Amino acid sequence: MIYEYFSNLTGSEVLASIISAFLPLFLFILPFALIAVLLERKVSAHMQDRLGPMRVGYHGILQTIADILKLIQKEDIIADQNDKPLFNIAPVLVFAGSYAVFAAIPFSSSYLGSNIDLGLFFIVGISGLVVAGILMAGWASNNKYTLLGAMRSAAQLISYEIPTIMIVVTVLMVTGTLNLKEITELQSGYFWNWLIFGGNIAGIAKYLLIPFMFVGFVIIYISTLAEVNRTPFDIPEAESELVSGYHTEYSGMKFAMFFLAEYANMFAVSAIVVLLFFGGYHSPFGYLGNTLGLSWLVPIEQLFWFTFKGIGFVLVQMWLRWTLPRLRVDQLMAVCWKYLIPIAFVNLLIVGLITLL
Amino acid sequence: MRTYFNNIYMALSTILIGMKVTFKHLFEPAVTIQYPDVKPQLPTRERNRLYVNMDDCIGCDQCARACPVNCIKIETVKSLPGEDLGQTSNGKRKALWVTTFDIDIAKCCFCELCVFPCPTDCIYMTDVYEFSEFERNNLVYDFVTLTYSERKEKKDNYEKMMAEKAAQKEAEAKAKEQSIKDKPEEKK
Repeated sequence: MIYEYFSNLTGSEVLASIISAFLPLFLFILPFALIAVLLERKVSAHMQDRLGPMRVGYHGILQTIADILKLIQKEDIIADQNDKPLFNIAPVLVFAGSYAVFAAIPFSSSYLGSNIDLGLFFIVGISGLVVAGILMAGWASNNKYTLLGAMRSAAQLISYEIPTIMIVVTVLMVTGTLNLKEITELQSGYFWNWLIFGGNIAGIAKYLLIPFMFVGFVIIYISTLAEVNRTPFDIPEAESELVSGYHTEYSGMKFAMFFLAEYANMFAVSAIVVLLFFGGYHSPFGYLGNTLGLSWLVPIEQLFWFTFKGIGFVLVQMWLRWTLPRLRVDQLMAVCWKYLIPIAFVNLLIVGLITLL
Repeated sequence: MRTYFNNIYMALSTILIGMKVTFKHLFEPAVTIQYPDVKPQLPTRERNRLYVNMDDCIGCDQCARACPVNCIKIETVKSLPGEDLGQTSNGKRKALWVTTFDIDIAKCCFCELCVFPCPTDCIYMTDVYEFSEFERNNLVYDFVTLTYSERKEKKDNYEKMMAEKAAQKEAEAKAKEQSIKDKPEEKK
């Protein structure tokens, strides 16, 4: 998609791949992280009747930029007893894992890093790389808190991948494709064609699907929340117990990479929920570009709708974070194994039966 | 089985209740005060930094005697008979030059006991509470309005006056002695 466009434009494959690889980072993830960090601080502050950052710029708008300048200037501390190669690779790996997800996410009908047929599968697989990075970071730091955080994180991520994949399979049975662009195109038209409202299927099956799709949405939202280590599932980086979990020993830009990966992950997870259940980049009610006859406007509107929906779910994540207390480890495992997985499994069976009809 | 579904229902419904609570608070005005720009309103009888209005001070030393931590140090000298020091705002005549009025605010315990005995209400609590310093010596406040040369002048004046008086007394005494010595001779 975008790669072909750039290779036509520049006439060089290497240049085109470099540009198309860096484009989402500079165009989307960095600005998103900047905004999301500020948004998180402001939202949390107002939910607790505080004001949050107010000093840098109007109502603290430039706070994150100041923070990033500070992080760049900071000393990169590596302790003597660290396992240096692993310690240095870990943040890169974590960031690469969460960044690679963006390769397969269609931001709009004309912007898609790579239109692979196994897009959904690729996302689920590549985000597993993050676990390796987190374990590396925890082990190489040679610190009991980081190791505990990494262990908890690995246990949590692996167990919560099961309900996620169950729901992905549920959606897969309805759509019959793993290509994210095709899944999105199936939900084109108005909002009642979104998969949470049963998808673009005619007849009784559509109405039968709605409750089960809703259950699926709730389960995938909870389990992806756990996969990105957000409260109430933030036991890997529980501040009150483990300092800050697996990235306690990191400072400066390496810490910033973990931070960026966390926020990139937040959006990636919301994007997956949007793609699977809320029509991806499709507008809920037609396009202004179509009515005005300006065909170039449609992809821009699609980008707007996609980020709008994605940030909406990120906001719900923040909302949940400042509402709920942290779960205990056993409660965390109970939620996953005793509640989410059985329900997801039953849901899978019922949706399978409905699609057979 | 029943507890299982009950658990799910309880979890979801309580989460929704909690989310409702936090959503309400999102739109409530913040209780934060932007401190250096906006100052909190102090209570009416707040006790902060002391201030002495030297125009009204008669140097009676009552505040220094009332102070439980001895943080006020006052030295006074008498004025010359011809000098007019003016009056305080409540009509008391000033008779003393106050050459030292130091308050060591680092020692001060903000008890306000010095304020009540003051006959002219010249020492009082202000609403200033931001007076941190890097040097402890800077917390010794000197309230005297006279310059150092003036203070020295007043002291010298007083000493001179006293010396003159003493000299006069001595002269008088001598004169008396002389007269006592002289008298019997006359009587003879």
